[in-house]
Amino acid sequence: MSSINKVLDTQIELFGVKLDNPIIPASGTFGFGYEFSEYYDINVLGSISLKGTTLEKRYGNPLPRIAECPAGLINAIGLQNPGVDAVINEEIPRLSKVYSKPVIANVGGHSFNEYTHTVAKFNDCDKVFAVELNISCPNVKGGGMAFGTNPETVETLVREIKKVSTKPIIVKLSPNVTDVTLLAKAAENGGADGLSLINTLVGMRIDLRTAKPIISVKSGGYSGPGVFPVAVNMVYKVREKTSLPIIGMGGISSASDVIEMMYAGANAVMVGSLNLVNPYGCKEIIEDLPIEMQKLGINKLTDIIGRAHNV
Amino acid sequence: MILKELTVTSNRKLADGIYEMRFSGASHVRPGSFVEVTVPGFYLNRPFGVGNYENGEITIFYKVVGQGTDKMTEIQVGEKLKVIYELGNGFDMEKATKPLLVSGGIGIAPIYYLAKAFANKGIRPVVVTGFRNAGEVVLEKELAEIADLYVATDDGSKGFHGNPVACVKALDKEWDYYYSCGPMVMMHFLKMYSDKGELSLEARMGCGFGACMGCSIKTVSGYKRVCKEGPVFDAKEVEL
Repeated sequence: MSSINKVLDTQIELFGVKLDNPIIPASGTFGFGYEFSEYYDINVLGSISLKGTTLEKRYGNPLPRIAECPAGLINAIGLQNPGVDAVINEEIPRLSKVYSKPVIANVGGHSFNEYTHTVAKFNDCDKVFAVELNISCPNVKGGGMAFGTNPETVETLVREIKKVSTKPIIVKLSPNVTDVTLLAKAAENGGADGLSLINTLVGMRIDLRTAKPIISVKSGGYSGPGVFPVAVNMVYKVREKTSLPIIGMGGISSASDVIEMMYAGANAVMVGSLNLVNPYGCKEIIEDLPIEMQKLGINKLTDIIGRAHNV
Repeated sequence: MILKELTVTSNRKLADGIYEMRFSGASHVRPGSFVEVTVPGFYLNRPFGVGNYENGEITIFYKVVGQGTDKMTEIQVGEKLKVIYELGNGFDMEKATKPLLVSGGIGIAPIYYLAKAFANKGIRPVVVTGFRNAGEVVLEKELAEIADLYVATDDGSKGFHGNPVACVKALDKEWDYYYSCGPMVMMHFLKMYSDKGELSLEARMGCGFGACMGCSIKTVSGYKRVCKEGPVFDAKEVEL
């Protein structure tokens, strides 16, 4: 293992920041990070995307918020979080004690004002090197995905946010659209510095005994290995239309999935659902990555970004 | 939290729809803590209260309620399953000198282990277990050896005729603190009768270790995760 690590280069770069590897736990599956430091040294992670944060504290949706699916799960948490001030003053300092690298803040909202105010609060937070805009959460009424499915709204929102933010802005795209590349271009036109995709697919499960939807708010977001091919396709299609950095996600569960996603055009990846079924999932992928690279004759991970487009 | 592949040493039916599964290869687990079991072919791990720990073996008691638990009945002795154990907080045994333990249905699992833990400390607890009918009664003989046991059935086909809370109200035994696990409605009425106790809650979980916020509940001191700050809560703290 150690001899492999010396030869093979897993380092990538996002917005001028060098990450030791492209593995980033996805927002909403890793809390504020420090919880996982009870299980292993989280400094092995490339970075962390923090739990979705809103201007004010939010409880989220009633229970049940989780329904199992073949190859994944539906969640409808509803952006439970302590609010941006508590995130900056309490959660991030707590994370900084156990994690030395820069992180990505993730911001959700219900209005242009809420988004701009929340994003601007991170300007003075040195621990945060980029802000991921969640305009694609299917679990928030009158917000979230409502912003992310209309190209004009996306462009205007991103432009407004860029005016007030000093951090690179990553726009997280929804797969629940006819053509994801239109939204990607709209984000780019608004001034986005990067894109992350895909958020969850809207889904529903119904209890066979009661005939009622299992999730309290009926629908939720489907994620897990079942969505991986959908995500690979969308990353591939978006890569054809933009040279912005792309963080690929959707069902990634192994080092080979990471490589496949990078072949499609991702500069880095986020790992989500896997964290919920295997708390050591990200660590295991990071350990397996050099082994998988060696098998495939890859010396430098950045060499393979978008390779599927050039063969 | 410990994640390990454990070997199934027993998987048998105890009563109507109720099964016992044992795993070897585990280290000690606390009464009131829970485990997450990976069931082959299913994505999410399944949470179960620990029903016993003895000689390196964890026991769970499970009720067949869906496809996952139905599949579990087919698991053979000798199979290895990924199990995450030592999850959650557990019961605080220091609070009682004369403990009363109250269970409803499959909620008997953590109550049985707690009764054994009290017995090991030389304390003989009062235990009230409730079931729908005589066909679902489990662990009667085992509990009667270590506790003053009262069995209640909803239809009166065995023991006290009525729910376990009604049985508690009719008790002539002295107790100073209770521990309970069972259906929400049962624990709601138990709390109305007395809030001097601890309740072990159940929830549909995503992860089981605090990452997804899938099981957050309202408490008097803010929102808490059943899997992380619980599953055992002070009865005064939770809003049922």
